[in-house]
Amino acid sequence: MADQAQLLPGTLDLLILKAVSLGPLHGYGVLLRIGQISGRALLIEQGALYPALFRLVRQGLLKASWGTSENNRRAKFYELTLAGRKRLLEEVEGWNRLAAAIGSALATRPEEV
Amino acid sequence: MKVLAYFRSLASKFFHRSQIADEMEEELRSHIEHRADDLQRAGMNRADAERQARIEFGGQERFKEECHEALGGNFIESFINDARYALRMLRKSPGFTLTAVVTLALAIGANAVVFAVLNALILRPLNVPQPESLWAIERKASFVDPSQSYPDYLDIRERNRSFEDLAGYTADEAGLDTGQNPSAAWIAMATGNYFDVLRLQPYLGRFFHASDEHGPNSAPYIVLSYAYWHSHFQDDRGVVGRVVQLNKHPYTILGVGPPGFHGTLLFFDIGLFVPIVNQEQIQGTNELNARDSRWVFMVMGHLKPGVTPTQAVADLNSIGSYLEKTYPKEDGKMEFLLARPSLYGDYLGRPLKAFMTALMVLAGLILLAACANLGSLFAARAADRSREVALRLALGSTRRRILRQLFTEAVLISLLGGAVGLWGSVVLLRGMSVWRPVPRFPMQLEVNPDAKVYVVAVLLTLASGFLFGAVPVKQVLQTNPYEVVKAGSAAATGRRITARDVLLVLQITICGVLVTSSFVAVRGLARAMRSNLGFEPQNAMVLDTQLSMAGYRGDKVPVMQKRMIDALAAIPGVQSVGLVDNPPLHESWNPSNVFTDQTTDLRPANAASEAIQCNISPGYFQAAGTALLAGRDLTWHDDKRSPRVAVINQEFARRIFGSVAHALGGYFKLPDGTRIQVVGVVQDGKYTSVAEIPHPAMFLPILQAPSSQTFLIVRSQRDPQQLAAAMKSAVRKLDPGLPFYIQTWNKKLDSILFGPRAAAFSLGVLGVMGAMLSITGIFGMAAYSVSKRMKELGIRIALGARREEVLRTALGRAFQLLAFGSAAGLLLGILAGRVLASMYRESAGNPLVLGGALLTMLLIGLVATWIPAHRALSIDPLILLREE
Repeated sequence: MADQAQLLPGTLDLLILKAVSLGPLHGYGVLLRIGQISGRALLIEQGALYPALFRLVRQGLLKASWGTSENNRRAKFYELTLAGRKRLLEEVEGWNRLAAAIGSALATRPEEV
Repeated sequence: MKVLAYFRSLASKFFHRSQIADEMEEELRSHIEHRADDLQRAGMNRADAERQARIEFGGQERFKEECHEALGGNFIESFINDARYALRMLRKSPGFTLTAVVTLALAIGANAVVFAVLNALILRPLNVPQPESLWAIERKASFVDPSQSYPDYLDIRERNRSFEDLAGYTADEAGLDTGQNPSAAWIAMATGNYFDVLRLQPYLGRFFHASDEHGPNSAPYIVLSYAYWHSHFQDDRGVVGRVVQLNKHPYTILGVGPPGFHGTLLFFDIGLFVPIVNQEQIQGTNELNARDSRWVFMVMGHLKPGVTPTQAVADLNSIGSYLEKTYPKEDGKMEFLLARPSLYGDYLGRPLKAFMTALMVLAGLILLAACANLGSLFAARAADRSREVALRLALGSTRRRILRQLFTEAVLISLLGGAVGLWGSVVLLRGMSVWRPVPRFPMQLEVNPDAKVYVVAVLLTLASGFLFGAVPVKQVLQTNPYEVVKAGSAAATGRRITARDVLLVLQITICGVLVTSSFVAVRGLARAMRSNLGFEPQNAMVLDTQLSMAGYRGDKVPVMQKRMIDALAAIPGVQSVGLVDNPPLHESWNPSNVFTDQTTDLRPANAASEAIQCNISPGYFQAAGTALLAGRDLTWHDDKRSPRVAVINQEFARRIFGSVAHALGGYFKLPDGTRIQVVGVVQDGKYTSVAEIPHPAMFLPILQAPSSQTFLIVRSQRDPQQLAAAMKSAVRKLDPGLPFYIQTWNKKLDSILFGPRAAAFSLGVLGVMGAMLSITGIFGMAAYSVSKRMKELGIRIALGARREEVLRTALGRAFQLLAFGSAAGLLLGILAGRVLASMYRESAGNPLVLGGALLTMLLIGLVATWIPAHRALSIDPLILLREE
């Protein structure tokens, strides 16, 4: 676990939106999905997921409904709303712009200045 | 719509809180179970897997809290939570709660009451349009006095360039006969322009105006005050145009004044207004041309726009110097001041303002003391709860959350205390508003709380809550959970003097000041009551009337007075009866300049002294209980045909003649040049106030100096009520149309003692409150120190410490602080006492006052440390060491 990276502030919401965009998930499922799509490279405190989920529901980006999980247990499933889908696109674009900028900044070599 | 939706969601969260919490609980459980399923699949047994899943998840409570926060509406919710928790904590320690609430209720109640009175007396402007530019003119004589003579008033009115116009008035009692039984009413004799100067509009009918005045007795008109019309004419609109009898003269009712207007004195209710030019009909004398008779009670008016009070005073003083030069005999020094008309100018206004401000400061100090006190109690509680706080911190609660909890508790207590205090003060103020301290006079002060009072009380409440809630903040911020849980609460070490000690000393000091001041006031008052008044109010009744109210004029006045004296003296059980036109310690007095016999230029500057003038009947001294020291009493033979004579008091003899022996048979002069021979000397007395320095006084026979103002002193051992009934029927038999008033002399004196008494009472109340606060403060500190050092004390006892040693250890600090605070308080109290000395003629340096204050402080210390001392002494080391 030592090689796992800390999340940048604000990125958890983006990851959750992305994970849920791939299909409705319950809380633990979101955690597994993020682990899976990030190659288990990110450290997410399990409990910290829920305040984020609640916040996204309140903002109208996710909607929640109770259902039955693959383990045959009652679980609350989250899926993207229309607003959520729009927000995800914006956030992805913003992130890419940021990552490209920071990447290019960091790749600068002395002779290029 | 969005806002609406937000509130709906807020409301639904608020009301379905438990449902949300249940769902959250279930979701988290579902998460842990899913995780456990995975771990189980990886080979763990179910119990281990569930345990592992819970550990991985982290602090459930904290995340739940954060979820609630993420849902919004958290502030209200956590506030409700905090409030609920705070209530539970408060209920668990009812002693603490009660102490805190009562302390705050007293402190805030006191502030509300004092502020309401201050508001009513000083802050609230007079109930007339544009009160800010309305000023009364005062004369700077031997004392500041707003009264003027009528000719001087006219001169000032015509010659000044600063006032739009000037009105004058004087108050008196008059007999009003509406056809049924005649009754006395309080009237204002006002100049014709009175209502126009005050910019008032009538509620009904019309006012009188300057154009109605055409010389003496030319304007027989009455304007009723709204309240008088309401109570005496039952709101009868047909009253306008009615003709009634005022002092046996026909007067026409012109109209009714606006609601709420009862003259320009705040605390004096005028019932009727009549034009001042009719003075002769009302008072029996015509002084409209007498420049030396300052009977116009007050002159006032609006300053012209742009004229400052200073400019106006300069303008008035130039008129004053003109008057001085032109009428050197009548007008002495004429310098002027401006003052607000509502509180009798500076005469009452200035001391009242000073006193109310001092009272407000004291009340504020009490609240501050209460806050300091509660702050330290709170800090002690927070320290006692340091384990709880540490545990909560260790469990992941934030410090902010814990502080908010503490503040909620503090504000809750302050709200409870404030509500109780405000309720109490409203009840008290309602009572004060209908209270008539001197039943003889229409004196009443409207002190009902208005919005300003409520706002101030609420603000004070909240401020004090935050103030004492803030005391333990540092303590909580510094709590290190691991140390506290590990080591138990450690005894305070380090600094020798803590903030708490300073707070306590401050408070004891304040209490010391209050206790000393109230001792000064109470003792001064007691001494004043016992001091030699120069007359004996015990076993004496006073019948007071104004013969002009029944139309007696000139020579008919003394005849009627003689008949009344004879009729009253004939009542069985009456020992003596005497008449005086201006009894000692009456609400008004009549000073006159006197001159030595050698003086020929009788201008005021040459006066030998000012002397109080009383016109009396023979037998007055006997009835009043005033001792005749030398010479003879006046007799009925001292009349118009015989030489002018007077009886004087010792002070008069000393000042004008040098001694009593020289005075007897000697002569002095009045301002009009009359030579008067001294035939007797009586003891000194109090004439204007119980605290006055000895005043010269002269007593002239009514047959030589007639006055229709009549006070009959009736001395008898009989029961006052029976006697009053007998007196009433005796006077009614003489003249059924004469209104009069009967009371015991002691009762009559209440009015003059009202001010000092009220002051002593308020100081006493504040002193008692200060003492209570100090007791709670010392008690809190001592109890805290004992409970903190239980273990140490137990060990000391086990090692064989004696009782006094244990006590010194446990309470030494408390007593040190008490001694220090008391010393500072008494010292400051002596200084504060100087202010009071002017009212009570009593200084705080008096050994009795100092001793009393010291004893009180000692008693406070004893009471406050009694229980903690008892607790310290009853420590059983065995039990203690076993438990801790």
